[in-house]
Amino acid sequence: MDKYVCDACGWVYDPAKGDPDHGVAPGTAFVDLPDDWTCPECGVGKDSFSKQE
Amino acid sequence: MNNIGKAIKISDKVYWVGAVDWTVRDFHGYQTSRGTTYNAYLIMADKITLVDTVKAPFKDELLSRISSVVNPSEIDYIISNHSEMDHSGCLPEMIEIIKPEKVFASAMGQKALESHFRIGSKITPVKTGDSVSLGNMNISFIETKMLHWPDSMVSYLKEEQILFSQDGFGMHLAVDRIFDDENSWDIIEEETEKYFANILMPYSNLILKLLASLKEMNLPIKLVAPDHGPIWRSNFGKIAGLYGKWSEHRPVPRAIVVYDTMWNSTALMAKAVGEGLRETGIEFKILPMGQSHRSDVATEVLRSSAMIVGSPTLNNNIFPTMADVLTYIKGLRPANMIGASFGSYGWSGESVGLLNDFLKSMEIEVVGEGVKAKYVPTEADLKACFEQGKLVGEKLKAKIGK
Repeated sequence: MDKYVCDACGWVYDPAKGDPDHGVAPGTAFVDLPDDWTCPECGVGKDSFSKQE
Repeated sequence: MNNIGKAIKISDKVYWVGAVDWTVRDFHGYQTSRGTTYNAYLIMADKITLVDTVKAPFKDELLSRISSVVNPSEIDYIISNHSEMDHSGCLPEMIEIIKPEKVFASAMGQKALESHFRIGSKITPVKTGDSVSLGNMNISFIETKMLHWPDSMVSYLKEEQILFSQDGFGMHLAVDRIFDDENSWDIIEEETEKYFANILMPYSNLILKLLASLKEMNLPIKLVAPDHGPIWRSNFGKIAGLYGKWSEHRPVPRAIVVYDTMWNSTALMAKAVGEGLRETGIEFKILPMGQSHRSDVATEVLRSSAMIVGSPTLNNNIFPTMADVLTYIKGLRPANMIGASFGSYGWSGESVGLLNDFLKSMEIEVVGEGVKAKYVPTEADLKACFEQGKLVGEKLKAKIGK
């Protein structure tokens, strides 16, 4: 599964880790994150993330 | 250029060369009642290094202070720890004047400086753990992303044991004495707390991580030199302890009642809520928004674990000052709070529901449905407000007891 980088702050979403502090279980693909999920560090929405090359 | 201002020596080879802004009272919506300073530092190493610059209108003050130690053109390196314009505003001009060999910033700093001033190509990016030799000294970098911007980093000068902490551990306070212990502790604590509440509170989790990693690194630190306010020489341990406490947001027996009023009805309700809180022994403060600044409310939020909000209904909405303060506080992401709402109305009465929605959107646990009073509160309405204050107080006490 692909990692995604926050364009605003550089934080990396790693699907292997998920975002357990915000109810996202490890193993959740980026595309499967809820629409209202936001970057845990800077608060921007999903549309501000880019696939890590 | 005037040459009145002089540098202040802060250690063997390091000088404060910043600017004091005695005038500013509105710092992007933050009321800076005591002014501020924009700190910059000059390291007189083999490679002469300037750490941060100042807000654009203060360039001459910076140049004057630098010139009292060395001709600015002799500076070899500039470090930009933070791209916000109060520290980078005159960076492009300083680069023109100094023509430094290198300008260092984080990778995100490089991007931000490009977006601000189109000078990205002049920046050498550095990352956590990188160290730059200044000849007889070494400076290393720790990125502190989102504390409080994506670009933020701090720099550590090993030989002089100085941590240049950019906005971290800073405060808006204009001073003539540059060290913490030369100023009133009460004022320093108050302004540091206000700064934390208004700038750093949303990133409390990151602060806890940073404090832990600083502890782990166990750097010997003689001075912590922030970009605003006095330099920490004697009380850094104390302030780091307070940062830890503020970041944890443990429940405390203190509440605030934040309201505005049109014909004094919601004001009467606020006082009754306060009396209910008093009954439970919970300390409280009432903040009328006609007379309070949002940035002071932020400080009170940091000090409290319950927020009870009141607004009249105005044209099917909440009162604009309440929308202002709640929008501001929501952005600061208060944590671990309980809340409730009240308000008067004439005919439609949407305010209480809207306030409850606002509180919920801030992840504040809402107690009760809220109290409404038509036009002017009756004795029964005021009793309901009193009971609401009491209920919130009891809930808070129960939460603390857990």
